[in-house]
Amino acid sequence: MEASAKANISKIAEALHSQTNFTKKECEHLLHMYKDITGGADDAKLDRNKFKDILHNSFGMTDDLMMDQVFRAFDTDSDSNISQEEWLKGISTFLRGTLEEKTSFAFRAYDLNSDGVISRDEMFQLLKSTLIRQPVEEDPDEGVRDLVEIVFKKFDTQKKGTIDYAQFKSSVVDEPLLLQALGACLPDEKSADAFLCTFEEVHVPTTISYIRTGGGRQ
Amino acid sequence: MGLTLTKAADWLDNSKLDFSPSNQIILTDILKAVDGYSKNNPIGGKMKFSEPLVWDSTLKFEDFKKTERFPETSQEVAHVECHSFDMLQLVLDACRSKKTAEVRACLEGNSDPVSKILGNRYACNTEDDVEFYKQAEEDLQGEDITYEEFETKKVVLKMAMEFHNLDVRMLRSVQGLMSKDSRLSPRLVEAEFDCLKELSGSEDEQPLRDIEPVPCYVHVFSNGYRAPNFRQLQGDIAYFLVYLKDTDVICVTAGTKGWFVNKGYSKDTNDVDFERRSDLYGSLFALLRERSRHFRERTSRKSGDGETAADEAADGAEKPDQEGDADQQAAREEAEERKKDPTLRWVSLGTSEQQSQERRSARQPQSAAAAAQQSDESDSESGTDEEEDAVERRHESNADLPSEYWQIGKFVRYLKGGNQTSTIISLCALRDFQLNTEVCQLAIRDVGGLEVLLNLLETEENRCKIGSLKILKEISQNPQIRRAIADLGGLQTLVNILKEPSKDLKCLAAETIANVAKFRRARRIVRQHGGIRKLVSLLDCPALNGPTSPEIERDIEVARCGALALWSLSNSTKNKRAMKRAGVIPLLGKLLKSRHEDMLIPVVGTLQECASEPDYRVAIRTEGMVEDLVKNLKSDNAELQMHCASTIFKCAEEEETRDLVRSYDGLEPMVGLLNKTDNKELLSAATGAIWKCSMSSKNIRKFQELNVIEKLVRLLSDQPEEVLVNVVGALGEMAAEKENRHAIRKAGGIGPLVQLLTGTNQALLVNTTRAVGRCAQEKENMAIIDRMDGVRLLWSLLKNPNPEVQASAAYAICPCIDNVNDAGEMVRSYVGGLELIVHLLRSDNIKVLAAICAAVASIAKDEENLAVLTDHGVIPLLAGLTRTQDEELKRHLSEAIACCCAWGNNRIVFGKEGAVAPLVSYLRVKDPKVHRSTARALHELSRHPDNCITMHECGVVRHLLGLVGSDDEALQLAASGCIANIRRLAMANEKSRQSSKARGGGNGGANGKAVAAK
Repeated sequence: MEASAKANISKIAEALHSQTNFTKKECEHLLHMYKDITGGADDAKLDRNKFKDILHNSFGMTDDLMMDQVFRAFDTDSDSNISQEEWLKGISTFLRGTLEEKTSFAFRAYDLNSDGVISRDEMFQLLKSTLIRQPVEEDPDEGVRDLVEIVFKKFDTQKKGTIDYAQFKSSVVDEPLLLQALGACLPDEKSADAFLCTFEEVHVPTTISYIRTGGGRQ
Repeated sequence: MGLTLTKAADWLDNSKLDFSPSNQIILTDILKAVDGYSKNNPIGGKMKFSEPLVWDSTLKFEDFKKTERFPETSQEVAHVECHSFDMLQLVLDACRSKKTAEVRACLEGNSDPVSKILGNRYACNTEDDVEFYKQAEEDLQGEDITYEEFETKKVVLKMAMEFHNLDVRMLRSVQGLMSKDSRLSPRLVEAEFDCLKELSGSEDEQPLRDIEPVPCYVHVFSNGYRAPNFRQLQGDIAYFLVYLKDTDVICVTAGTKGWFVNKGYSKDTNDVDFERRSDLYGSLFALLRERSRHFRERTSRKSGDGETAADEAADGAEKPDQEGDADQQAAREEAEERKKDPTLRWVSLGTSEQQSQERRSARQPQSAAAAAQQSDESDSESGTDEEEDAVERRHESNADLPSEYWQIGKFVRYLKGGNQTSTIISLCALRDFQLNTEVCQLAIRDVGGLEVLLNLLETEENRCKIGSLKILKEISQNPQIRRAIADLGGLQTLVNILKEPSKDLKCLAAETIANVAKFRRARRIVRQHGGIRKLVSLLDCPALNGPTSPEIERDIEVARCGALALWSLSNSTKNKRAMKRAGVIPLLGKLLKSRHEDMLIPVVGTLQECASEPDYRVAIRTEGMVEDLVKNLKSDNAELQMHCASTIFKCAEEEETRDLVRSYDGLEPMVGLLNKTDNKELLSAATGAIWKCSMSSKNIRKFQELNVIEKLVRLLSDQPEEVLVNVVGALGEMAAEKENRHAIRKAGGIGPLVQLLTGTNQALLVNTTRAVGRCAQEKENMAIIDRMDGVRLLWSLLKNPNPEVQASAAYAICPCIDNVNDAGEMVRSYVGGLELIVHLLRSDNIKVLAAICAAVASIAKDEENLAVLTDHGVIPLLAGLTRTQDEELKRHLSEAIACCCAWGNNRIVFGKEGAVAPLVSYLRVKDPKVHRSTARALHELSRHPDNCITMHECGVVRHLLGLVGSDDEALQLAASGCIANIRRLAMANEKSRQSSKARGGGNGGANGKAVAAK
């Protein structure tokens, strides 16, 4: 790689690393990775298919629908491409995000039509394939509808009929397990660790806490 | 011989002897004794029987013709009549090879041959030896007997003795035979099953195709039985289907009596027809050899003799017993079983209502080994045992099931039939139920949720594991759920999760273990799977009281959960040891410095449990934990205070710890806790700590400053017994000092104490008698006790079944007698009181004996009472105790002997009963108190010349001379007095023999010293 490209990466890393949970070196590494994937051209962007390849190969995601949603959540400006900045910030949330960052990320992923609320229909779409279809069942969707109702009850604390981010967030704070209640939009700890360990400089715990400590003790 | 025939021999209904092996032994023994008797004892052989032995012989007339002389026999049937051993010998000679048969016929004709031979007085009713010897003595001491008569009697007695010895010999051999005839145990059965399972297979060399438990009775109960409980009562252990090569399947029953073929297992009804259809066999091996030619051929070709393989099986079964590690073996079997067939276990759990009843009833016939092993585990356990027996309360029918059942059932279905997202949703939904209610807890179990939740723990999905553990943690507060988790092998999984890197998982798993390990079996499983080491390593928390960050908080939380789990586990002795080996002590010491109450409570709780082990007590002291315990005693949290006080209660058994508590100013907060009269647990712990701490005199002084006695006396009324035991114990310790004894009276404590003597709690009685006894050392106190008739109450406690209470009451009686006016009259007024005292000298408890001796010493100070005691036979009893090895008993015994010498010819009786020589040996022990009382006793005894001679022969003088140099005046006086008596006897002797110039004694120097000492 020519020196100018290196300098360029270094410049972007310098500018962006404070907005992520990575050090400058780690950012540089991630940007090199970005360049490798996109093919090296300066203006090349990471497109949907290449990104889904990464999700599949590095983070063990298999559900096509869910990968599309993750792509949308990464692609904050909705231009169907992931820029360097989006890449760094997305991966930062993906791997080292705080609970709040992850909550916001998950909400973006679940909000299929990006209208700021999650409706029952969206939920149905998301949960459609979670249950194994039993051949004997009369109405195969009954179980899914049941699940939707359960989740809706958990999130819709103010009985609005739809779930906005505030409701989503307060429910997740209450029970962190609900963070990925509508599908696994975040990598599991093992593959996250495996991905991180190729370049990480400082070891920061990748996991968020699912139980209460300190104040929550009885 | 008579006893063997009546008791040990197996008689049939028609007064014939059974053909049993034990009878065979008896017959051969008798034959051996009789055959040749007349040759060895010519005189005895000629002696005429008191009545002839008559029987129908098996012999024919012709048999007798071959011998030269023959006894009177009728011509046709050989009706034999024998008048002496010589004749008997003739008959036996005629029998040749049929001797045993003839002896059998003889015994059948004469059921008590001894009485016929020797006369009625030697009939077989002489069961004990004493009676036998008494008879012998009477026989020989008859007044007017001639020399000849005397001689014959001697012969008769000699024969009687020989018969007696024969009797004993035969009983022994029969007993030996009976003990070999042992019964089958579940362990033996399982071992043989495993052995045959190994041998089975489809290949031709293998003796059988397969063996398996009957499908409907696969479950192994906790006592090792597979049979259902109603069949266990019939002695059935298990049922197996054996697939033989040459014949069809056979269904066999293993019962306590042996193996047999039953009427078979029917697949349609899924049940076994239990009726026996074959002979009993000692082993399945033997049964199969009988049943199957193929089996017989293969096994004999393999091992030469089938016996060896069977023996191997039996050996294999006995090994775990010998190693004493039965529980590990059981666990291994359990684990294997689970691997084989988890679903069946689950099925059996589903019908838990019937099962738990079975299990409960099955627990009763548990083997002694298992019981011993359990008691080993249970010594320090309290209150948790009943959990094992927790009664199943379940709804009989599905009709009135609460709606939760259906909802929970639905969620559990989604839990199973979906990907991790639906699993997480279902887990979250389950968490919304009231998981602390029994309805929901049991509903989760009954719809099969526990199995799914435990299965989730073995997946790779951390979020699922966390969700599952969160639920398990809640519902495991229910004793039945705990047992179900343990039954499903959940503890092993939980222990494995402790290894995971995720701290959330560690916390939740440890907390769940803390809940589940509330009963013995669970604690054992955790230990056996290495859980203790892992839990102890959780306690290692780097930053405890520093600045907190979320990460550090999680570390602290992990340590807290680890401590919680260890707290539960520390209820078993073996676990305490395992924890110590895992290095828990320094870690606990470190955590004890924490500032968080929720951390301190489990840590101190664990220490409290462990402090029952001496090792831990030393460690708590040497690791400097006493300071922290005292510090936390001042905490605001009553629970923490309670655990701290309890720990100090246990640790203050050791003097150094008591001193440490004082030096850290721990006594003040302890006394402060006495004001919290509404929290009984706390009060009990605090009073306990005060009790133990007041064993040091410096602490007593400190307590005096704090006015503890008044506060304690105030607690003597309406408190539960747990508190009272400690309060009274503390008062008893404080009463060691004179001022305190007065203080107790001034605070009005004597009355309540005496009233407590009417209670039934034994621990309380021990403490109360002690306290009353100490208080009675003051005349003023004694007046109150006497007025309340306290001595009579103490006396009646001598009848208490608990020896500790007896001993303590007897000790308490001593100062009462010493300090009451007109003690003699008081003692005499207790009807049967003195008799009771003398009777207790027959106790087999050393402590009781020592205490009663002390009481005897006090009572005997009154001459009239001493006379009564003597009449009741106190002297031989005391003399009989002199051979004891216990120093405490030696001390009080010699004191009692000293006091009892004062009456009549007691001194002489002591001498005759051989009490003097052992007393002399007491002077060799180290305890000066023993010396003092022994010297007194010897002094008293030396007033009789015979005793002097015995003492001198035993070398008493050398010891006494040493004691004369003692600092103790009473001891000096007694020793020198004794020497003087011996010397005086020697002098008198010398004087009388002066003419013959014989010298007696030989201790010229002693006289001078004795006089000097005086």
